[in-house]
Amino acid sequence: MLLTVMLGFVVAMAAPWLVKLSGRYSGWLLALYPFSLVVYFAQWIPVIGQGHSQLTTYQWFPGLDISLSLYLDGLSLLFALLISIIGTFVLIYAGSYLKGHKDLGRFYLIIIAFMASMLGLVLADNVITLFVFWELTSITSYFLIGFQHEQASARKAALQGLFVTVGGGLCLLAGFVLLAIMGGSYSIQGILSSGVSLPEHGLYGAALVLVLLGAFTKSAQFPFHFWLPNAMAAPTPVSAFLHSATMVKAGVYLLARLNPGMASDLWSTILTSVGALTVITAVVMALSHRDMKKILAYSTVMALGTLVMLLGIGTELALTAFVVFLLAHSLYKGALFMLAGAVDHAVGTKDLSELSGLRKAMPVTALLMLLAAMSLAGIPPLFGFIAKELLFESLLQASVWGYGLLLLFVFSAILLVAVAAALALKPFYGQYLATPKTPHEPPVAELLGPVVLIVMALLLSLFALPAQQWLLSSSMLAVAGYVPEVKLALWHGVNMPLMLSAVSLVLGIMLWTQWHRVQPWLSRVIAQLSRFGPERGYFKMMDGITWSASWQTRFLQNGVLGLYMVVLILSTFLLAGYTFVRSYGLHFPLDVQDSYVYEWVVAFLLIVSALFASTTRYRLAAVAAMGVLGFAVALTFIHFSAPDLGITQLLVETLTVILLVLVLFKLPEFVQLSSPWERARDIVVALFGGVVMLFILVAAIDIQYFDSISSYYIDNSELLGYGRNIVNVILVDFRVLDTLGEIFVLALAALGVLSMIKLRAEDRVK
Amino acid sequence: MMNSNTVILRTAAMYLMPLQLLFSIFLLLRGHDEPGGGFIGGLVAAGAFVLFAFSYGSDALRSLIRLDPRDLLGAGLLFGLASAIPSLLRGEPLLTAQWWTIALPGDAELKLSSPLIFDIGVYLAVVGTILTFVIQLMEAEHE
Amino acid sequence: MEVVMAFVVATLFSCALYMMMRRSIVKLVIGLILLSNAANLLIFVVSGLTRGAPPLIIEGVDPSPFVADPLPQALILTAIVISFGVLAFAVVLIRRAYEVVKTDDLDQMKDTDT
Repeated sequence: MLLTVMLGFVVAMAAPWLVKLSGRYSGWLLALYPFSLVVYFAQWIPVIGQGHSQLTTYQWFPGLDISLSLYLDGLSLLFALLISIIGTFVLIYAGSYLKGHKDLGRFYLIIIAFMASMLGLVLADNVITLFVFWELTSITSYFLIGFQHEQASARKAALQGLFVTVGGGLCLLAGFVLLAIMGGSYSIQGILSSGVSLPEHGLYGAALVLVLLGAFTKSAQFPFHFWLPNAMAAPTPVSAFLHSATMVKAGVYLLARLNPGMASDLWSTILTSVGALTVITAVVMALSHRDMKKILAYSTVMALGTLVMLLGIGTELALTAFVVFLLAHSLYKGALFMLAGAVDHAVGTKDLSELSGLRKAMPVTALLMLLAAMSLAGIPPLFGFIAKELLFESLLQASVWGYGLLLLFVFSAILLVAVAAALALKPFYGQYLATPKTPHEPPVAELLGPVVLIVMALLLSLFALPAQQWLLSSSMLAVAGYVPEVKLALWHGVNMPLMLSAVSLVLGIMLWTQWHRVQPWLSRVIAQLSRFGPERGYFKMMDGITWSASWQTRFLQNGVLGLYMVVLILSTFLLAGYTFVRSYGLHFPLDVQDSYVYEWVVAFLLIVSALFASTTRYRLAAVAAMGVLGFAVALTFIHFSAPDLGITQLLVETLTVILLVLVLFKLPEFVQLSSPWERARDIVVALFGGVVMLFILVAAIDIQYFDSISSYYIDNSELLGYGRNIVNVILVDFRVLDTLGEIFVLALAALGVLSMIKLRAEDRVK
Repeated sequence: MMNSNTVILRTAAMYLMPLQLLFSIFLLLRGHDEPGGGFIGGLVAAGAFVLFAFSYGSDALRSLIRLDPRDLLGAGLLFGLASAIPSLLRGEPLLTAQWWTIALPGDAELKLSSPLIFDIGVYLAVVGTILTFVIQLMEAEHE
Repeated sequence: MEVVMAFVVATLFSCALYMMMRRSIVKLVIGLILLSNAANLLIFVVSGLTRGAPPLIIEGVDPSPFVADPLPQALILTAIVISFGVLAFAVVLIRRAYEVVKTDDLDQMKDTDT
């Protein structure tokens, strides 16, 4: 199973080369990868449909409980099938849509990499693996939105999408870690089946908020919905694939995946209200636009809101509606996007007000568009109808907020019908308007996808019950935790949902007849309102980030090295001091009993020479004082039983003086550069550092947490190392690898010096 | 300044240097049992060379040791790495110490070991590093 | 005696920090030397001071557990040599910087992004 994902990345790498090789058939050739996935996953349907599941685990970081584990059950299989089916047609479609584009190879590389990442996302069982794929989809999406990178708007939209989704992704990572702590496992199935009641755990609130932030940003929920319509800057195949059928559903997928374990009252409330808010925002926005892709984008946002809300309601009916609507939406939205792109491609504009009467020139497109829009509007006999019936039914039954939510949905259904009508009828009927290009039927490659998707939608609604038994009920099992009793059928008889459908249909058509008036009016109102919209908040925040970055650069990295040091030293010692005082307190075991007069003399010598070196105004005096200090240190080593150290220190001290003599006297004399105030500040900071060190040192001398490991070296030096100088045996035998590293460091320093001096010689030559 | 013409220093350096070098090797070899070892031995040897360079100039030092200090440094690193080979050949963990005792005429025996090879590597690396510093700096001085 | 040496080490740290905050580049070098000496002494003092018992084993005698701790000594020994290497590098770097930008004032160096 891992192979299916990894193969995608391999194919992606090879894509540019394959494109060059296969020329105009590249789309068909590359579509073989997702098509083989369709075949592969279709084989699983009988097994998974029985309610079985398959967990495959590959080791990744076993020490951190992170594995590449893939989990196939009804939900992930449904998603995997959607990804691979739509992916197949999107790749074929793109081959025609972007024919001859200079970056076609790059496009295929990224979109196939995206496909593999998305597949990994829905299959992943380990939260960390899921997160990695999650971020991979964000990144590939960034490249795809910004595919037409010559346009500033595309770059901006890409960056916006990236910021919003990756920002949410970071929250998600934190949420996952909390979940893992709560459930005691990094495996999603492990967390869900851990027996721990997540909603009763103390970390539940934090984990919930973080996970929801991740899911809401990815799935463009209010108030993060604004990035998705902007992402329509991407080429149409991308919009059809990422921003309708797959990537934006990742957030919904995650919520569905976690639903069995995370569901609680709080979960319901948040999901229902955010979903409802998203729906109403999106449907109004959709009606206010003329650009077909924008309209589709907002209707996608609306669909995502509906899905989130259904999860929030969480009743048996609602969860059934969730699965059905998810599938229906992917099918018709993918088709609609591809058709809109095909029209745009064939005619040269996607502005609805410029499109009219194309039916004669593009009859097939017109028919397909009509069918897809019927599914969108929820008109029988398309699959979208079943979804809408279930939606109404679950709202009727759940009666959340009285009938408020139901009313809201009837209202949005009316608007949606108008939107669907505008999409399906406006461009094709009525008086023909001259278009930038002569209209013609799109090529087969561009129509194949919509045809198959619409046929699927038809078949699914006609054979709803078998489909439910084969696949959908096992998805519901994954989302709900039980198999719902609800039986899908196209015809429920005349009942309340049907009446509501009919009402919304009639009112929607009536609204559409006024579309040419309503749309400009709404557009103006929205323009006024958007000054307070969340996108405004996004821009404010981006400005704020830039401002604070430049502020902190001015403050902390202004080029004054002395200040860097001050900040560095202060923050280090403040943090160290705080931790120290908190964990140890302010004891000071002052014990100077055990000392001799001559030791005091050496100590005194050390202190005086250090103080002198740092106060003298003469370089030579400072170097001399450093010499005295070095020899005093050597004396200390020798006196306290470290002959090797003493000798080394003496020798190095000699060489240091030579080095300083060779170099330092080429540099100017000491000059007093700093003001008295700066000196006073530095003295205080330095003293503070010294005092913190003093306390830590005294505490470290006082406390012995565990036995020294040195006794091992002392005991075994002669036995194992055949040497009686224990220090040397440690250096060249016990810890020889360290020493090897150290002589390499020395060598690096020497090479650094060498190259710096040689560089200068070369400068001279120039 | 660097090419000192002091007769005393020159004479002293002339006679001291062989002694220092001998002493440095003595320190290196006894390092396993008594204070000493590659670091200390290397520093003493480097000190001897630096003293020579101060009295006779860096060119004289270069012609005396013939090798470029960089080569010494590289040889040191190679010795250090080479000391890992015997353990590899025996299939033991990397850098496990290996000892070989060679009987010499008389009662004496010579103890060779991979730590000794390593210590020689340290010795050469230290000498090479310091001579690189000093010679480069002194030559930069002349320009 | 350790406490006395702790005061010494703390003084060395203070002096080193103070010198490292100076603008003159030469003083920075002095600060660097002070800092490495302070760090070496710190490790040495923390591990406990032992008089007259170097970590050497007398031939034919079982090793005494009361010898000075050899491990920090091994650490410091390499640290001394390496800090010398680093010092040499820093000194040459500073000298080179001085040649290029013709100032030893660190604050002036920021304006010479050459």
